[in-house]
Amino acid sequence: MFKNIPISALIGLFFTGLYFFIAIFAPWIAPYGMAEAVGDVWEPSSAKHWLGTDSIGRDLLSRMIYGGRTTIFIATAATILSFTLGSCLGLLAAVMGGWVDQAISRFVDLIMSIPTLIFALVVLSVMPVTIPVLILVMGLLDSTRVYRLSRAVAVDINVMDYVEAATLRGEGRGWIIFREILPNALSPLVAEMGLRFIFAVLFVSTLSFLGLGVQPPGADWGGIVKENKDGIVYGIPAALVPAFAIATLAISVNLVADWILNRTTSLKGGRG
Amino acid sequence: MSDPLLKVCGLKIDATVYPPDAKPHQIKIVHGVDFELQKGKVLGLIGESGAGKSTIGLSALGYGRGGVELTGGEVWVNGRDILQGGIADLRKLRGAEVTYVAQSAAASFNPAKKIMDQVVEASVSQGKFSRSDAEAKARLLFAKLGLPDPDNIGSRYPHQVSGGQLQRCMTALALCPEPDLVVFDEPTTALDVTTQIDVLAAIKEAIRDTGVAALYISHDLAVVAQVSDDIMVLKMGEMVEYGPVDQIINTPQEEYTKALVSVRSINNEEKTPTAPILSAKNITARYKGTKFDVLHDVSIDISPGQTLAVVGESGSGKSTLARVITGLLPPKDGSTDFAGRTLSPDQPSRTKEDLRELQMIYQMADVAMNPRQTVGTIIGRPLEFYFGLKGAEKHKRINELLDEIEMGDGFIDRYPAELSGGQKQRVCIARALAAKPKLIICDEVTSALDPLVADGILKLLLNLQKREDVAYLFITHDLATVRAIADSIAVMYQGKVVRYGAKSEVLSPPFDDYTDLLLSSVPEMNLGWLENVIATRKMESAGN
Repeated sequence: MFKNIPISALIGLFFTGLYFFIAIFAPWIAPYGMAEAVGDVWEPSSAKHWLGTDSIGRDLLSRMIYGGRTTIFIATAATILSFTLGSCLGLLAAVMGGWVDQAISRFVDLIMSIPTLIFALVVLSVMPVTIPVLILVMGLLDSTRVYRLSRAVAVDINVMDYVEAATLRGEGRGWIIFREILPNALSPLVAEMGLRFIFAVLFVSTLSFLGLGVQPPGADWGGIVKENKDGIVYGIPAALVPAFAIATLAISVNLVADWILNRTTSLKGGRG
Repeated sequence: MSDPLLKVCGLKIDATVYPPDAKPHQIKIVHGVDFELQKGKVLGLIGESGAGKSTIGLSALGYGRGGVELTGGEVWVNGRDILQGGIADLRKLRGAEVTYVAQSAAASFNPAKKIMDQVVEASVSQGKFSRSDAEAKARLLFAKLGLPDPDNIGSRYPHQVSGGQLQRCMTALALCPEPDLVVFDEPTTALDVTTQIDVLAAIKEAIRDTGVAALYISHDLAVVAQVSDDIMVLKMGEMVEYGPVDQIINTPQEEYTKALVSVRSINNEEKTPTAPILSAKNITARYKGTKFDVLHDVSIDISPGQTLAVVGESGSGKSTLARVITGLLPPKDGSTDFAGRTLSPDQPSRTKEDLRELQMIYQMADVAMNPRQTVGTIIGRPLEFYFGLKGAEKHKRINELLDEIEMGDGFIDRYPAELSGGQKQRVCIARALAAKPKLIICDEVTSALDPLVADGILKLLLNLQKREDVAYLFITHDLATVRAIADSIAVMYQGKVVRYGAKSEVLSPPFDDYTDLLLSSVPEMNLGWLENVIATRKMESAGN
């Protein structure tokens, strides 16, 4: 199947894979410890420190690797949570219809009417900021978007004759949701998952930059930008390194998502 | 003979295909077709789906649909080879010299613009007429095509007129710029027989009066025979037979043409009714949130192992009756007895046994099967669900069923997308049979299929009925199908059963007005049928 993958998707797959690999094996790859001060403040890049050092003399490459681990872990967990919750509720609402659909949908509308970032800031300012809380808050907020999409897709599928045929056979709701509707709703959901993941990366980076995300000395990409932002004035590029990492990860995941979307929504199977 | 208006020589057309797990490549869909069309003549193009009819028709406008490429040959219109000119030349041709009437007028009109704006658009933008002249011309055409209130119908939106009327508006659209050639692409296929006849008569008269030449594309030979001077029979992008209409209908030379002419040759002995397996009594039904009854006091009986055909045009309540019987729409009034028990009116409260013995087959086989399940899963699920079959036992039964529907066991791992239209419908039949039902509701099961394929499905259904002793409630708008397979017939009109009884009684005179209209509207394979019917019928279709 790899023969038909367009070059852009291959690039995306390669970089996404690389980032995930580094995130998983961070302790073995990073040359120094995460919070170890090993040099002067803002040293330029050298053979010893490939990306130089940060605002208090820690090795920037190691910080980036550990930071990537935290960022990608939080984003992945939040995405999985939002998809499980959002798509289960969305499919259920579509199949049940009536007041169940109304109740869930209006509740989701209510949450979506509050700007996500402000909502998260308020919640995080009254809760202890730990990684599980971050994941929970992000996952719940994102699940509203997933709910909207999965419900819309499932409502379309729910009126197909094959679903009616299953109903007439006497199948239960579980079979109809998981065997008839879900397999047909999967492609748009998977494509959306890529985009949602990137939004989660941006979201956790934003929160950390604002000081409500991952707390020091823990590293994450948004936090590294925050720690080193003062250096920009003196021509120190340390803050741009995590920005670059966020941008490349976003682009590569989007290349993959585009490819999946193209493959699954186009009538020509995405090869046109 | 003068120079032909349209001359096509050695036309070759390729299309790009995108097979799963292989590189996209080009296939030939039209292999060198030649024909000529004189001014004021009509050429009928006929063939089954995939024969290349529409593709050839569109080539007269120098157009290929997405992925389609005109790779060879010449298309001469008014003495110019239009394939040689650039897009600017084609733009002058389309909508001025050659115009097009699409199959589905409802999908082709812009719903946001009034009909008149769309009808005169081409004439005005091509600079043929001024806006007011074009509108006057359009009104004349509306009147000629028999549209009600021709002076004002143009100020309506497309959704405010019926399907048959909209199709005639589209014909007016095509004729308005006074073209030399009109391409009609299955203009009556999406319409009811009773509406089709009016549209057909209108088109025929308009062609005669304006002296325009036409390419008339259809899969229904009987329809083409009414309007054409010459007929070209196509199969898989190749010409099978080409000749005057009289010769094609009366003395076809090729085997394929003979098959098309003699289609629906099934004969089924009518059986005498016995104690009914299903009887619906005084059913009155309406849809939730509406204020009128879709069914009024409908009563029907079906004898075991026999076929009741329910006929009527769209909107007559045929499918609603099926929904009431299956319990998807609980009736407002009335009850249904099935196999000696009274069925619960709503489906969720029926027993598994009731559900098993009452199966359904749908019109569109592609959407009646889950595209992500294999044939084995689709047929195997009822076996597992009703009889608890598993593993080798289930596999054996699936193969038996595949044999019954005349498909080999090689199909067990295929997905619906890898089947042809006829095969898909066969798999749906197998799925219904798997439940060992006493009654199968067949909702327009052959109307989406080509005539020869539909014939095969009907023969299969009849064979299965003999072997399995299953009864059919056969919903259709096609009287030829009814003649072929029914034992008794219920004719429905506006939610009521207007005529009901054994086939021989229902189909023999004296007729009530509606049955007469319905019977006479079925296109017959003889010349002059259209004029005859229009002259002698008693009432018009409800669609007008």
